[in-house]
Amino acid sequence: MAVTAPPAAPPAPPPAPVAPDLGVRGGLRWMWRRLTSMRTALVLLLLLALATIPGSLLPQRSVDLGAVETFYADNPTLAPLLDGVGLFGVYASPWFGAVYLLLFISLVGCIVPRTRRHIGEWLRRPPGAPGRLGRLAGYQRYETALAPEDAAAAVAGVLRRRWHATVETGAGGTRIVAAQQGRLRETGNVIFHISMIGVLLALAGSALYSWRGEALVVEGGGFANTLPQYDSFTPGARYDAATLPPFALTLEDLDVRFESDQVAAFGAPRDFAATVTVTDTPGGPARREVIRVNSPVGVDGARLYLSGNGYAPVVQVRDAAGELTWEGAVPFLPQDGAYTSTGVVKVPDLNGTQDLALEGFFLPTAVMDGAGPRSIFPDAGNPLLLLNVSVGDLGLDTGRPASVFSLDGADLTQVSDEEGQPVSLMLAPGDGVSLPDGLGSVTFVELRRFVALDVRADPSGPLALIAAVLVMLGLAMSLFIPYRRVWVRLTPLATPGSGAAVPAGAVSSTAEPARTVVEVGGQSRSRDLGFGDVLARIDEGVRVAVPPAGRLAPVPAEPYARAAPEPAVPEEP
Amino acid sequence: MIDESMANAADALIVSAMAAYTLAMLAFLVDLVTVGRAGRATGARRELVTVGGAGPDTADAMVAAGADAAAPPTPVRAGRIGGVAVSLFFLATGLHLASVLSRGIAVDRVPWSNAYEFATTGAVAVSVLFAGLLLRREARWLGAFVVLPVLLTLGVATSVFYAEATALAPALQSFWLVIHVSVAFIASALFTVAFSVSVLQLVQSRLDRAGNGRERPALMRAVPDVGALEAMAFRLNAIGFVLWTFTVIAGAIWAEHAWGRYWGWDPKEVWSLVVWVVYAAYLHARATAGWGGRAAGWIAIAAYACLLFNFFGVNYLFVGNHSYAQ
Repeated sequence: MAVTAPPAAPPAPPPAPVAPDLGVRGGLRWMWRRLTSMRTALVLLLLLALATIPGSLLPQRSVDLGAVETFYADNPTLAPLLDGVGLFGVYASPWFGAVYLLLFISLVGCIVPRTRRHIGEWLRRPPGAPGRLGRLAGYQRYETALAPEDAAAAVAGVLRRRWHATVETGAGGTRIVAAQQGRLRETGNVIFHISMIGVLLALAGSALYSWRGEALVVEGGGFANTLPQYDSFTPGARYDAATLPPFALTLEDLDVRFESDQVAAFGAPRDFAATVTVTDTPGGPARREVIRVNSPVGVDGARLYLSGNGYAPVVQVRDAAGELTWEGAVPFLPQDGAYTSTGVVKVPDLNGTQDLALEGFFLPTAVMDGAGPRSIFPDAGNPLLLLNVSVGDLGLDTGRPASVFSLDGADLTQVSDEEGQPVSLMLAPGDGVSLPDGLGSVTFVELRRFVALDVRADPSGPLALIAAVLVMLGLAMSLFIPYRRVWVRLTPLATPGSGAAVPAGAVSSTAEPARTVVEVGGQSRSRDLGFGDVLARIDEGVRVAVPPAGRLAPVPAEPYARAAPEPAVPEEP
Repeated sequence: MIDESMANAADALIVSAMAAYTLAMLAFLVDLVTVGRAGRATGARRELVTVGGAGPDTADAMVAAGADAAAPPTPVRAGRIGGVAVSLFFLATGLHLASVLSRGIAVDRVPWSNAYEFATTGAVAVSVLFAGLLLRREARWLGAFVVLPVLLTLGVATSVFYAEATALAPALQSFWLVIHVSVAFIASALFTVAFSVSVLQLVQSRLDRAGNGRERPALMRAVPDVGALEAMAFRLNAIGFVLWTFTVIAGAIWAEHAWGRYWGWDPKEVWSLVVWVVYAAYLHARATAGWGGRAAGWIAIAAYACLLFNFFGVNYLFVGNHSYAQ
């Protein structure tokens, strides 16, 4: 974790505590600089984290509409206030959008100059050597008998195996071999930031072009992919409903498995497998598929997910004359882990006079004891249908949309027996009972299961995936590739009268003419654990290519890290 | 099918592991104080980190040695109790690992399907990571500060989260469970060790500022200086951050596969994003003038608090798609 230089930081704008008088253009530029500064990005990141949190604390319309309604009912005074500032739709709220947008701008403002500068880094030669190599890490100095140009060629030959190295000519016949390694570090950084924009664009694309629908399909029943067949449909902002893929499917069978051995997990779900027959286009060939919880089935750009399941008892209702008035599989929605389910059978115009409503419970494994009727296991061990009977007006003629699972908006009277007790029907599969007052009869014909299918399509998926993978790749590159520079300066030693620069400490001797002083030093812009070793290896290689000779050879090497004793990160005072 | 005897063995092993951890932690503390006192006697407090710092670690140790490096190092032999601490720690880690493995064998799957299993596996990831660290370099000074969170996690796991070994819910029957969750564990383990280092960094930083020549407590004398701690926390957090990024991406792919959308603002997703953003802020802070050092340390600690909340709080406070981990 040694470091020879402070961590790479893009040049921050000069601190400007008071906006100077810069005119309009200058003012705008000043604002742009502030907005795209690292400090602003940092504050915006922290703000984004803060702004994200309320969406997990409060129910969100986009996630669970029912939860928002419940919250409204529980907190009638607080809820409208929270709603007013968009707290039930945080991720679509203006203030979240503002942080998001500012961060986006800040991101672009970071990327553009950085990319430009970085492209230059790839196109240009490595940067020139600092004036005094002695301050660099792993500084070495010795004398050799080779001429600077020959030595430079030899050193460059050594370095070029692993480094991007060039030879420059300095004043007085000096040669400088400048080498660098790890420009991919900054490339990774640029890739990371650009890919973040890709991720944000993908999320925006998802909000605009995705769609999602939910539908209940009973065993033996079918589903055609048209809007009226959905119980709910959520299109993206730019979604065109005319482009729904025209597939259809039939639910052949739902196979369920619940834990029945282990007491601790009794009734826990273990496996759901829905066998469906899918036709991708009307009249096309049918194929059989199995949808499981973690294994959706793809159909023409959309995917079918198994999001729930339950029971749909098949019920027949006959009128007073014994004529079959109504028959259907009625989904009862599970309310707990043992599939105690609630539902309602709505029969319009029974006997031509009034509507009939049968409301109540379905219990897959019913027990009747002191605690009242309830289900103790989610599989159909002892199925029982418990129904209250009401007559009146279901409100179906008003044209208002009504849930098939509740009696909201209906005007009904519960039917009582001779003693004035409300009539309650208790039916096992195959059972039929007469309704009181000669209304007719009800039969629980058979038990079927239903599946709740989630149909989704999101064209932004591939972009999101590619961008996310690049984000990670860029991140790893920018964090783990060290960016290193090494310079080797070859200075011709002064011969009497030549006036060439003489490095401090060099002793020139006419009796024993050594011709060149070799100086090696390096710099790493990152926290670079292995740099000391790398420098040591380079020095070894250089000494082989350019053998030491003469009086100056060799100056004892300063240990790498001691050349740069400053702390890893400057602590604030 | 649950193998009850294996499940019982797992429960017994975790208790033994906790006992061994407790002893290891005490031994680490005694070692820290002993070495700290010895360091004062010889005036070579900071040389501790150079012990065993050979090879590529030399540079690191040198920086840790900091300004004192000019003085010839007076090697302080790590106390004998330090060796005992390390042995106890390896023993505890072994027992802990055996417990997690037997739990996995008992249920014939990866043992990651409820909060108890998350906590025990998450803690073992921290221990294994630190065991690796101990093998690679001198890190005994960190021992007590790593074992403490492990022990706390196990305490909460066995007393609050405990759940019997059961088979897997359909929602978790996916190979993404192995990929997504295992990487989340490794990332969390790195963040945990980094958190301990960051806390020590801030303590040292405070002692430095309050110092005025006053001697620091024996406990902190054998702990490396601020610069070395900051650098170590950064390396751990950097690797953790990349793995956390992978965790979120793998989670999104799994979500796409299981629920039909790769991002749906589920509470767990929200908090994973918060964790990611705050660690991103930490990385940016380190490169921002005036925000390095202490400020970055505090952001790292805030990020870890978010991680903890995501790990424990989210499952209990919110109803969401990750509720099976209750």
